[in-house]
Amino acid sequence: MPNITFLNPDGSRQTFDIAEGVSVMQGAVANSVGGIVGECGGNAMCATCHVYVDGSQVASFPPMSANEDALLDGTASDRKPNSRLSCQILVTEAVGGLVVELPERQI
Amino acid sequence: MTEANPLVIVGAGHAGFQLALALRQNHYDGSIKLVNNEPYAPYQRPPLSKAYLKGDGNLAPLAFRPKAFFSEQRIELIPAKAEAIDRGKKKIRLSAGAELQYGHLVLAVGARNRELRSPHEEGCIHYIRTLAETARLKERLLSARHVTVVGAGFIGLEFASTARLKGLTVDVIELGQRLMERAVTPEISQFFLRRHERSGVNFHFGTEVAGIERGGGDGRYTIALAQGKKIETDLVVAGIGVNPNTELAASAGLVVNGGILVDQNLSTSDANISAIGDCVVFPTPYATKPVRIESVQNATDQARCLAARLVGKGAPYRSLPWFWSDQGSDKLQIVGLTHDVDRTVLRGSPETGSFSVFCYAGDRLLGIESVNRPADHVVGRKILERGGSVDPNAAADPDFVLKTLLE
Repeated sequence: MPNITFLNPDGSRQTFDIAEGVSVMQGAVANSVGGIVGECGGNAMCATCHVYVDGSQVASFPPMSANEDALLDGTASDRKPNSRLSCQILVTEAVGGLVVELPERQI
Repeated sequence: MTEANPLVIVGAGHAGFQLALALRQNHYDGSIKLVNNEPYAPYQRPPLSKAYLKGDGNLAPLAFRPKAFFSEQRIELIPAKAEAIDRGKKKIRLSAGAELQYGHLVLAVGARNRELRSPHEEGCIHYIRTLAETARLKERLLSARHVTVVGAGFIGLEFASTARLKGLTVDVIELGQRLMERAVTPEISQFFLRRHERSGVNFHFGTEVAGIERGGGDGRYTIALAQGKKIETDLVVAGIGVNPNTELAASAGLVVNGGILVDQNLSTSDANISAIGDCVVFPTPYATKPVRIESVQNATDQARCLAARLVGKGAPYRSLPWFWSDQGSDKLQIVGLTHDVDRTVLRGSPETGSFSVFCYAGDRLLGIESVNRPADHVVGRKILERGGSVDPNAAADPDFVLKTLLE
């Protein structure tokens, strides 16, 4: 299983093996990662699963949809060039080793 | 709260679960008991009418958290129904006869479906609120070819889309004259009517079910409409609204008026009892009268607000209401309370499948209804949260960039 590392705002990090086929948000929630809320359940409606993707990896992802792009303008913490909604990133072998930084706030 | 006087939460839906979670995130160290009267670990409801019915029936994605979370976080799940509150002794009585002492009690008891009262055989009408009833519906859908939906509200229409996607023929019966009449402006109703009709849904407006009888073939039913029309169907699903669960509060002498009445701090008329979620009527800066709101946003924001108060960081509940509904490939997002709308401004056009209705009372922006236009929704949310407005002429101008209002 691909592993994904969550970097908390306080500098601590957690790494989990996450099954392929679920979203990074679902994988985070299933492992009780506190910094991901996922209020709408992964429908790309709420922008509470905001993450900053490691700069060297962001370009290798499929491009974001117009919907995700719009929602990122509504995140509680500032949007950056490497901002993504983790409910829209599918866990595959290709994202193994991914490091995502969690923002200060999701709400 | 000590082990002898725990914090007791009645109801493990979105509000009850989120309260337990938010308390632990706020470093609340006391005992938490979560009374859950459903046969499943706490789960999310919005996917029931959509992803769950479409999918393979896997329950794991519905769970708020895996089972281990509850023991790790010392959130004790108590499988029971709360039957009575003894406010003097600060105890609740549970369905099995056991009693539970509380230091503080939170009612997150939700709402239940209004039931269709027309004459019908027991068990022939399906509802979509709990996982148990939706699981039963999912099973029945396997052998159905025609379904009839009573009520053209959010749940009925989400289900109608799901059923069409699964290849079923769908009829929708609505007492009113348009879709989602109590929740949205006519512009939105009209758009969704066209979308659902184009996907093959048949609508019957201004009529109701007079009765449902067995007939029309093996396991089928015949629905008689009030005007005499008849529909033969395999399955009937009703989504005709909900009633708040107020009996527990009312029988304990708490003030109830269309819901459990709470103040801006989400306290009931008893300082030792708070209430949150679909079951409460509460004051809000976004309406002139106290309101009751059925939404995930309201349930979870009230839970977070109350959690903060219970750890001594209280502030009045002032969250901006927002809602969403997925119907087929269309996303409807609503922000604000728009009942008092007297003027609407269209941004974008329904013909392109992407537009918003800006709702005003005079020149004051009350809220925005967006269809496949998430940018209007998220920017609108930020503007309204700041107490701002959008000039109606600017809202109607497609070249005006809303985001600039946030700078």
